[in-house]
Amino acid sequence: MIRSEIIRDIAPILRDQLVVCNIGLPSQELHMIDDQPSNFYMLGTMGLSSSIGLGLALAQDKTVISIDGDGSVLTNFGTLPTIANNVADNFILLIIDNGSYGSTGDQPTYAGRKTSLAAVAKACGCETVIECQAEETGAVLKAAIDSQKMTVIVSKCESGNIKVPVITKDPVVIRDRFMTEVARRNA
Amino acid sequence: MSVSEKIVADFVANGIEFVTTVPCKQLGGVIDAVEKEPSIYHIPSNKEDEGMGLCAGAFMGGKRPAIIMQNTAIGVTVNTLVTLTQFYRMPLPMLISYRGELKEPVACQVEMAVHTKALLNQLNIPTYHFHKPGDEEELDAILKYTFMCNKPVAILTDATFWGGY
Repeated sequence: MIRSEIIRDIAPILRDQLVVCNIGLPSQELHMIDDQPSNFYMLGTMGLSSSIGLGLALAQDKTVISIDGDGSVLTNFGTLPTIANNVADNFILLIIDNGSYGSTGDQPTYAGRKTSLAAVAKACGCETVIECQAEETGAVLKAAIDSQKMTVIVSKCESGNIKVPVITKDPVVIRDRFMTEVARRNA
Repeated sequence: MSVSEKIVADFVANGIEFVTTVPCKQLGGVIDAVEKEPSIYHIPSNKEDEGMGLCAGAFMGGKRPAIIMQNTAIGVTVNTLVTLTQFYRMPLPMLISYRGELKEPVACQVEMAVHTKALLNQLNIPTYHFHKPGDEEELDAILKYTFMCNKPVAILTDATFWGGY
């Protein structure tokens, strides 16, 4: 299973939650598969999906899922101690770990070699960390939402990409649509 | 009321409820005052770009954010300021210690100081410079301006303003 297949698989679960989606192909795939006003697409700024998601989770009550990649978490490793020490039980960090920098041509990451992101997250103090196989992602994600406990999920999948169009929506439109939906769901 | 307490009182008066900090000796008093303020959620960051991500999320969740950091952070955060804060048009007051100015004891700080205003200018970031005690009286207006125009705005505070080291 590759990342786009996971996203297709979990799209019906994501639809009911607030989603912050990682830059590049993950956002483009989610946008193509199931565009929703509850999705915030990152058009730039590699590495900050988990930070934006945590800030959002701390600021309001609805469940927030940050979809991140192994390469992006490696870029912003400092995020894991911040997450661990600022517990938001409405926050789920879903790291789709395909062991490669997918958006830039599948160059291997260290997470695909010796480095275990699940072990790092635990060492940083994250209390609920679940590593699963790609096929299990939907079930694990559903259980994490239902548990109402801050959870880091590392979903191990194969490297590979599909052809997807870039997102041409204006960033201010994406942001305004998302904020309107966040406010509506919190009303 | 100390200058640090006045700054935090202006934050509170302007509805700021979410503050991220990366420490600086000069800003220690403000960071302490933020930590003590019950209406503010204080979340220390490991790096300033991470902090700007947290602030972006908090803003979209309905909370007014602010970041407190050193001017060295401008070198770290150019991409984030441009592709997140500015691209999505989000407000972000940045209270910055302007290290490397008059009374600076550490030569290396000057190396970033000489680029600080040039970088902020290049990024079209409105920039205010607190140089003398009393300059903080403008903070309330600067915060209102920031949340009116939805831009990152820099408030540089130097050693002369803080009364030396």
